[in-house]
Amino acid sequence: MLNKNFYLILIISLVFAISFWIGFNVNLLPAEASINAPIYDELFKILFIIGLIIFIGMTIAVIYSLFKFRKRNDQIGDGIALEGNLSLEIVWTIIPSIIVLLIGLYSYNIYDRMGGMKELNHNHEMMGSNTEKIWAGISQTSDNEIAINNLSIEVSAMQFAFLFNYPKGNFISGELHVPVDQKVSMKMESKDVIHAFWVPEFRIKQDIIPGQPTILNFTPTKVGKYPIICAELCGPYHGGMRASIIVEEESDYNEWFNKNKKTEVNL
Amino acid sequence: MTISIDPQKTNNEGLQPKGWLRYFSFSLDHKVIGIQYLVCGFLFYLIGGTLASAIRIELASPMSDFMPRDVYNQVLTLHGTIMIFLWIVPVVNGAFGNYLIPFYVGARDMAFPRLNAVAFWLIPPSGLMLVASYFVEGAAQAGWTAYPPLSITTPQSGQIIWILSVLLLGGSSIFGGINFIATIIKLRRPGLKLMQLPMYCWAMLGTSLLVVLSTPVLAGTLILLSFDIIANTGFFNPVLGGNVVVYQHLFWFYSHPAVYIMVLPAFGLVSEILPVHARKPLFGYTTMVFSIMGIVVLGLVVWAHHMFTSGTPPWMRLFFTIATAFIAVPTGIKFFNWVATLWGGKISINSAMLFSCGFIINFVFGGITGVALAQVPFDIHVHDTYFVVAHFHYIVYGGTVFIIFSSIYHWFPKVTGKMLNEKLGILHFIITFIGFNLCFAPQHWLGLNGMPRRVAEYDPQFQFVNQISSLGALLMAISTIPFLINVFLSVRKGKDAGDNPWNALTPEWLTSSPPPVENWEGEAPLVEEPYGYGKEISELK
Repeated sequence: MLNKNFYLILIISLVFAISFWIGFNVNLLPAEASINAPIYDELFKILFIIGLIIFIGMTIAVIYSLFKFRKRNDQIGDGIALEGNLSLEIVWTIIPSIIVLLIGLYSYNIYDRMGGMKELNHNHEMMGSNTEKIWAGISQTSDNEIAINNLSIEVSAMQFAFLFNYPKGNFISGELHVPVDQKVSMKMESKDVIHAFWVPEFRIKQDIIPGQPTILNFTPTKVGKYPIICAELCGPYHGGMRASIIVEEESDYNEWFNKNKKTEVNL
Repeated sequence: MTISIDPQKTNNEGLQPKGWLRYFSFSLDHKVIGIQYLVCGFLFYLIGGTLASAIRIELASPMSDFMPRDVYNQVLTLHGTIMIFLWIVPVVNGAFGNYLIPFYVGARDMAFPRLNAVAFWLIPPSGLMLVASYFVEGAAQAGWTAYPPLSITTPQSGQIIWILSVLLLGGSSIFGGINFIATIIKLRRPGLKLMQLPMYCWAMLGTSLLVVLSTPVLAGTLILLSFDIIANTGFFNPVLGGNVVVYQHLFWFYSHPAVYIMVLPAFGLVSEILPVHARKPLFGYTTMVFSIMGIVVLGLVVWAHHMFTSGTPPWMRLFFTIATAFIAVPTGIKFFNWVATLWGGKISINSAMLFSCGFIINFVFGGITGVALAQVPFDIHVHDTYFVVAHFHYIVYGGTVFIIFSSIYHWFPKVTGKMLNEKLGILHFIITFIGFNLCFAPQHWLGLNGMPRRVAEYDPQFQFVNQISSLGALLMAISTIPFLINVFLSVRKGKDAGDNPWNALTPEWLTSSPPPVENWEGEAPLVEEPYGYGKEISELK
């Protein structure tokens, strides 16, 4: 009996050890380039480890049963007439419930840290009239902060391109340029069908919906060029609907901005 | 011969063709209808599988070079629609439900045999119509979700035929659902209590409730969408003031329960198969029943987790996260119970058992990624990517399709009186299991690293992993060859099965193989313990 428990504990410890080792050493995610990304990756790691423990544990249980309890050639008759075990059932109802609840609370916390639970004010300067209904994507900032600090960009999506309008510079760009470590606030609207704005390195995505503006706020943390990908089926060239986001040092960004800026007089 | 309960029915049976011709007739026999569903579904599976192969060939290279881009979108739309509405739903519900439920409740047929035949005969024409729409002006190309405004702006004929076809298939599904509920509740043999029914009856009761509650919503939604397309109304058309997100709510109010319509019957079937081949009672019958009903209730209130990036308010995201994650609890209970059913058994390792165990492993994997996807912050990154494609194929292929094959190996002797070849069956399992995992496991990585779903072209850095996935798809295509050879050989030259080759205790095995038209010579047996393995009753057999 002691021997049996010893092996059980040994196997469980091994499953935990392997899961933790894989969880901490195998990276399945792209580079982290926004404030959201490390928070996301923390959640991913936790879910990955819990998932591995359950998956490896269940797989071992199934394969072990198949091997250990296989019918030998000389055997006849049935297995034991065991119809259930109430305390076991209670255990495997309560433990998963607790795990699921904890994961839920934890992911709520993660989402809150990403800024997803903040109500966006509906009437700050960029968003036009206060009767306009706006749905929020991820927001990292309070509204006052957006109004003062942020870089406001208006995104319009159409089959099959993104256009980025910089209202302060009065110009439109096909590439999204943003300075590093600064909050960016985007108001997005589609001109035809539903599109989505996705930057894998930022771990953010928000649908761009016709007739219903959406907001997406983010803060890039790493200089570089990243793909912007449309993630919602939008027509034949959906796979080709891509753009680039260029995160640059503030001085480079300002240079680019001033080069493209149009004065009001010119219009 | 036994005395027929309904004299009118006997008269009609006189008019039914005999032999193989009855499978092409408007037969009222639930067993014939079950086989009609299965064979028809399998033919559409081959069509859907061919389309899947076309997708994987296109994705073997990063450029869109195998077929035109709009054809690619038609192919992925048809693939999804055919696999869901013409293969999985009709087979796990219609085929096995029709064949088994009357046996399990101790009836000679379904409650409404004519409605049953109508439900089946709606499927071939609507399926053919769907496939034929390609030759009109091109098939629908807005995905099986048909989100407006894309579905309003793509060529109309394809989309309208798609809507008509799905409406007919939905109608068929509702007819079937009503029939199953009526049969299980009203046609039970005297003396048979609800809590003595085999688990598949409970699964079909839960599934049919979901079908009846949610399918009409899809029908209504698609009718409104068709008005938008042909009559220029503005329900979902933003140009006319419509709201596209409302469509998504209505669509997913059906289409999330549709996932349970596809997996709950599989849960029922595996609960029948495991105890027989493990020679042990089903572990925790009562908790299994409650977890099915728990899944039914929760399954109706989780739909908005498909819309976390659609611009849903924060409170809604939170509610749907918790509700969705909690489905893992009743589902988990079922998986623990199945493993406990294996534990301490005398397990025959045959094709049916291997496919069932493959199902457990694949589904646990898909369930884990499902709990992860339920978390809003996790979903925001991977929504609409290949991660999601991988997740739901682990559920519907690794889960349900594995169980369909397991069930075919299990019930083939009952239907035909012949055994399937075990060596070919095990070969079929090995190729399917390796091919499936090779095809879909790498797609999780693709999604995490930036490959969206439903694309014909992608970043060249993903080429190698996509080729591995395509290789897996090739193996999956090859795996149907030993299966088909096995079926055709065994029907003709298979070993005689006898009436009860597995020594099973459920009522369908307590009659001849194949069963007579009236299911039993004489009175239906009263099976109070369908899982009484290891007890005296099974020692007597």
